[in-house]
Amino acid sequence: MSAAMLLPAVPFAAALAGLLVPLPRRRLAAGLAVAGAAAALLLAVALLVGLDQPYGRYVELVRFADLAVTFGVRVDHAALLVAVAVGAVALAVQVYSVDYLRGDDRYAPYAAQVSLFTAAMLLVVVAGDLIVLLVGWEVMGICSYLLIAHDRRLPEAPGAAVKAFLVTRVGDVGFWLGIILLGVHAGSFRIAEVLSAVVAGQLPAGVVTAAGLLLLAGVAGKSAQFPLHTWLPDAMAGPTPISALIHAATMVAAGMYVVFRLYPVFSTGTGLLAVLGVVAAVTMLLGALAATAADDIKRVLAWSTVSQLAYMAGALAVGATAAALFHLLTHAAFKALLFLAAGSVIHAVGSNLMSAMGGLRRGMPVTFWSMTIGLGALVGLPPLAGFWSKDAILQAASGGAGTVAALVFAAGLATVVVTAWYATRLWLRTFFGPAASGTGHEPPPLMAWPVVVLAVPSALLGFAAFADTWVPWLSTADPAAWSGEYAAGAPAPEPVLAEQELVHLGGFLVVPLVAVAAGVALAWLAWRRDPSADPARYLGPARAVFARGFHLDDVQDALVVRPVRALARAVRAGDEGLVDGAVEGTGRGTGSLGGLLARAHRAGLPRAATAVLAGAVLLGLAAVAVGGAG
Amino acid sequence: MSAGQVLLLATLALPAAGALLVALLPRRVERGGRIAGTVAAGLAFATSVALYDGRGWVVGIDAPVQPWHRIQVDWVPWLHLQFHLGVDGISYPLVVLTTLLTLLCCLYTLRHVPEGGRGRTLVALLLAVEVGIVGTFLALDLVLFFVFFEVVLLPMYAVIAGWGGQRRRHAARKFVLYTLLGSVLLLVGVFVVVAGAGTADITALTGGGPLSRTTQLVAFTLLALAFAVKAPLWPLHTWLPDAHTEAPTVGSVILAGVLLKMGTYGLIRIGVGVTPQGAAWAAPVVGVLAVAAIIVGALVCLAQTELKRLIAYSSVGHMGFVLLGIATLSAVGIQAALIGNIAHGVITGLLFFLAGAIKDRAHTGELARLGGLREHAPVLAGLLGFGAIASLGLPGLAGFWGEMFAVVAAVQRSGALWVTLGVVAATGAALTAAYFLRMLRRVSHGPAAVAVTDRLTRPELVAWSPLALLALVIGVLPVLVLGMAYDPASALAGVVSP
Repeated sequence: MSAAMLLPAVPFAAALAGLLVPLPRRRLAAGLAVAGAAAALLLAVALLVGLDQPYGRYVELVRFADLAVTFGVRVDHAALLVAVAVGAVALAVQVYSVDYLRGDDRYAPYAAQVSLFTAAMLLVVVAGDLIVLLVGWEVMGICSYLLIAHDRRLPEAPGAAVKAFLVTRVGDVGFWLGIILLGVHAGSFRIAEVLSAVVAGQLPAGVVTAAGLLLLAGVAGKSAQFPLHTWLPDAMAGPTPISALIHAATMVAAGMYVVFRLYPVFSTGTGLLAVLGVVAAVTMLLGALAATAADDIKRVLAWSTVSQLAYMAGALAVGATAAALFHLLTHAAFKALLFLAAGSVIHAVGSNLMSAMGGLRRGMPVTFWSMTIGLGALVGLPPLAGFWSKDAILQAASGGAGTVAALVFAAGLATVVVTAWYATRLWLRTFFGPAASGTGHEPPPLMAWPVVVLAVPSALLGFAAFADTWVPWLSTADPAAWSGEYAAGAPAPEPVLAEQELVHLGGFLVVPLVAVAAGVALAWLAWRRDPSADPARYLGPARAVFARGFHLDDVQDALVVRPVRALARAVRAGDEGLVDGAVEGTGRGTGSLGGLLARAHRAGLPRAATAVLAGAVLLGLAAVAVGGAG
Repeated sequence: MSAGQVLLLATLALPAAGALLVALLPRRVERGGRIAGTVAAGLAFATSVALYDGRGWVVGIDAPVQPWHRIQVDWVPWLHLQFHLGVDGISYPLVVLTTLLTLLCCLYTLRHVPEGGRGRTLVALLLAVEVGIVGTFLALDLVLFFVFFEVVLLPMYAVIAGWGGQRRRHAARKFVLYTLLGSVLLLVGVFVVVAGAGTADITALTGGGPLSRTTQLVAFTLLALAFAVKAPLWPLHTWLPDAHTEAPTVGSVILAGVLLKMGTYGLIRIGVGVTPQGAAWAAPVVGVLAVAAIIVGALVCLAQTELKRLIAYSSVGHMGFVLLGIATLSAVGIQAALIGNIAHGVITGLLFFLAGAIKDRAHTGELARLGGLREHAPVLAGLLGFGAIASLGLPGLAGFWGEMFAVVAAVQRSGALWVTLGVVAATGAALTAAYFLRMLRRVSHGPAAVAVTDRLTRPELVAWSPLALLALVIGVLPVLVLGMAYDPASALAGVVSP
């Protein structure tokens, strides 16, 4: 056993207990939920502070012939940092939800599902076994499904929930198969053993490449990367705290985290990083452009999540794993802040639409300033957190060799401009200009405090990059160093670090800043002409395309959903008509044959007597013939 | 007699005695009869649990079948019929599942008697079915196995025909004739084996014994067809949707929960064990049909419009995963099949209980006419959601292990055919999610179409909660089912490819 195993276990216990709480017992449900998240956060912090060297601890769960499944934890600084982020965001969301869902009679199961989600994410973070990782991975998916469908007044919520689960599940078919390929060929599902086998070249190159591609399908689904990103904007039908927790800060980051965790697979397989880089470049721009035309404030933020996750994917594609994880952490802080603040705005205005907002900075100054910090971090304004992490990614991409690095850099830089544009649009449309529906009011304290607290890391987390320990903490350990970890729990040797720099103070810093300035200026100029009109009108004919997310939903509908439905109807008709028809037909045929015979036997006396006599004669003849022959 | 032998006998004798007693009670003791039957089912459950023997976890692989306890008495020597019973790590979980589900069904019937006949008679029939199923799992003599396999048929026919839905007579007739056809093949198969080997002792026959390759091929074909009807394997499955849909709730629970497992258990114990060369020869065909069942079952569910029929068809797909595991003929695959069997019994049993409760309350099972269950019945909707999520194979719940490791086994066998089968089966897992979520969307979400009360009766809670709990516990601790099956499964796999 290891204390790290408690990390998922504590919120899991809170979830199980919470699911049994009767609906009217709100206080008890809230207490359990907040306590579970707080305990997970404290535990993660304590483990991080106390960690000297990475280690792994394993307990065998079950054994299928020669393949064992182990409930194992594999703990290093990177994992614990992500665990701290998860715990912090989960705690903020739980506290915030107490007030946000004040009038909701289904609060108790909601809070329990958030706890279950937290447990699942923490399981993914610390898991030392691919099967156990998959458990957390999919439980998160189902929590996401349940929570998106939570709001019973929204007619689109159930559909959005189903879409979220199914699109990710399609990717997960690949994830399953990737894990199976790795496990079968490495002879173990333990991450450490799989990675050392990959690095040592014990797996055929084709297998590693195929497994990596399959895993990428799952990653694309979970982390909303093109072409499996379509579920994320719709997922905003869930309550806003859920959007903050699941669809911004943590669950969607799990995909990128898994690439980070299994990085040797992706760097060893042929062309995997190139695929990831291209997907990242496409998704980055696609998400940002779609955000420019959305009117729903949560949809803007959702598209920005798609785009920001693509930055992490781009960083991983150019080998800047530390930068990717750095951006994952800063993004968790500022995106959670943005969603919770947006929730406060929605709470005050009573609508998600920015056209119904405006002029809110006077009525809700705390929310305004918090959101300004969050948007500044998103855009990459110095010295806010997002500036440093995004800069680290752009630096790495600019320094990388090859077309993929160039592509990631170009897309990344263009996306900075677009991001600055849509963030400025959101900021101006919400807080400035004429008030469309009052000047708003500050939210109740349980909603206000988490937002303010999250503003601190959103503003300051970037400075962590100046600490000496930060880069080693964010780096992946060399799997060769990990391979000693299951020798009776002996501490693993010091990880061998890939040399990665995060902070580059120099002339290059000007490049992204110019891009930001360009984006902000364009949006401001467009807005200044008519502060009550949407700057998106300058997008011209592209506006409708962006607003519909490049019509990819329609493409998905035409290529997958409708053919599968038609196939299902055809197969049902075939199964009932042909396969069962043959069975029923045999039954009916036998029945009518029996009927015919029965009718033949129901003859009148004369005919029956004749038949009996004829039979007797026939038998007699036969007897004579046989006897005569004998 | 040793204590183990007494338990073995009691597990069969208690439900048999219970069935007789309940049937012979005077007419007026209706409720008393139901209680007596439930007590008998409870005692049978207790004795079956007590059959457990720790040796299962550590036994060496000397002989392919090493029963923990066994009874062996001559019965009809010239038929090679011995009263030969035994239990090991492969049969034990199935026996306990059978006695548990029967007990839960009896408890449920204490309060909820479906229309059509007296509850007392229904309880007696359930106990008679239990005798047949438990006997099938315990039999170590081929002829005895056949006898128990047949015992199940008529009481189950009576359950469907007596207490079923509107088209119950047709469904019952189809069930009995279709499976009787399988039984004929089974009988011929059994006697091909017995005539060829001169013995019907399964422990001696496992590994193929003195059977020639040709005999094994012929026998396996006959046996596999019989088991394929029972399991069911696509395209021999069409009795199932009718029978499951028309049967009363408790009938559906027993049918889906354990009756189908007689087919997969027979395929493992006899098909693979007794005629290994035949199994190796036919494995690709079984594998392809199993994967076809997964895909066809899922697609039919996706276009299905009736709740119970949907759950019935989902069984076709789930049993497809079990059969795929068996078809790989590897230790991993057989273990996957075993846990898949148990998980399907637990989860689908729960789903049929819930579907029955919903139909009783809403007076319809049409998906188009249901809706908004969570508005008025949050607990019922929550349980249905849990059952559906468990059934779609969510990792961490019971259904996952069998499906995941059936695919693992297919990929592990390597070769283009098996890897393709694994990939297609994994795709089927995504389709499974699609139809269950569609079902939840129709039944649970949206505006409330019919008012469904959420007040659960005590028998409902008592019958459902063990199943819901097991779906979680087996999901978190699969070793509870598989630990004892590890050695027997490896031994069986060793028999096929020594």
